[in-house]
Amino acid sequence: MSDWPLWEVFVRSKGGMAHRHVGSVHAPDPRIALRHARDTYTRRMEGVSLWVVPSASIVASDPGDDEAMFDPAADKVYRHPTFYDIPEGITHI
Amino acid sequence: MYTTELGKTRNVASTEDAEKLAAFEARVAADEFIEPKDWMPEAYRRTLTRQISQHAHSEIVGMLPEGNWIGRAPSLRRKAILLAKVQDEAGHGLYLYSAAETLGTSREEMIEALHSGKAKYSTIFNYPTLTWADIGAIGWLVDGAAIMNQVPLQRTSYGPYARAMVRVCKEESFHQRQGYEICMAMMAGSDDQRRMMQDAFNRWWWPSLMMFGPPDDNSPNTAQSMRWRIKRETNDELRQKFVDITVPQAEAIGLTVPDPALAWNEEKGGYDFGEIDWEEFYAVVRGEGPVARERITARRKAWEDGAWVRDAAAAHARKRSRKQEAA
Repeated sequence: MSDWPLWEVFVRSKGGMAHRHVGSVHAPDPRIALRHARDTYTRRMEGVSLWVVPSASIVASDPGDDEAMFDPAADKVYRHPTFYDIPEGITHI
Repeated sequence: MYTTELGKTRNVASTEDAEKLAAFEARVAADEFIEPKDWMPEAYRRTLTRQISQHAHSEIVGMLPEGNWIGRAPSLRRKAILLAKVQDEAGHGLYLYSAAETLGTSREEMIEALHSGKAKYSTIFNYPTLTWADIGAIGWLVDGAAIMNQVPLQRTSYGPYARAMVRVCKEESFHQRQGYEICMAMMAGSDDQRRMMQDAFNRWWWPSLMMFGPPDDNSPNTAQSMRWRIKRETNDELRQKFVDITVPQAEAIGLTVPDPALAWNEEKGGYDFGEIDWEEFYAVVRGEGPVARERITARRKAWEDGAWVRDAAAAHARKRSRKQEAA
């Protein structure tokens, strides 16, 4: 017998926050995926909202491409506010 | 960057379920967040769609005045920084369009509304950037005013908008500091450079104060927007805060605020300042800003010139999916 499809589970911890990935569940359909996700990941009031997404729908970057994907940001420290020296005594900036 | 809520809302008599409406109002009053799939009154949806899309348009049009100086930045360092800043503005536009789309209006409809002149964007971007000093003034003042407006919006009632604002605010601090650094460098330079900086400051000061929108007594939507937590502080409150923190920053580097009426008011613990030229503000809102036509023409041209890229991407996607089907 083959496994039920895999679903990725996202939990919103409280109102206003974004959903965060917490893990996955197997389930035969979206409704049961939601129920399994509830039973598996929110037994201790971890959240106020759940999303389940078919794992097959996730497009992920290839770890082998990490350098090409993310290294270009490494030498752009000027994108951070701390790069700029503001003299003492000047506030709210 | 930022936009004020410029349109006027018609008060539409609600025929919606009074119970749902009451529950909604109670949730918002309790500082709960509303999410895309939650029930919401049509007027809330409409007002938010307009506000968020105007905000998005402002980010996108806001790239133009600064983009104007990327090729003429005075050093490689300044050029890399300005490029990064303008790139951020594009990103902010995208966060906001995505947030607006969750309310049911498509990206295409919003862009069409911008290009046809139907949608508004912040009046500030209809002023020209005449010298390099303007780039300093924009980062410091325009982004400073934007931060002042956007910080309270991180607690706005609509979840996707609030979360977009959190990201935007985090990135905005760099924008303001790089601008102020340019101003400091100019003011530490030659007499000509100081004159140039003062001139830019003179030209951007008043339009920056106008960014907070019309005065409270002429801002009919404020009460409703405050009640819905779409707005968290009034235009005049935010404007006063901006003046109070910006004046000392100007004085610290030797700039003179172009307002003879400016005076510290001990009693209120803030500055009194001169009358804003609201005629000018409303004229710019009507599209009579010095470079309003140029801005929209540039946007349309960018859109039209980019059509072949969109077409090519779509053709490529079609080709790949045909190949996959065949395999």
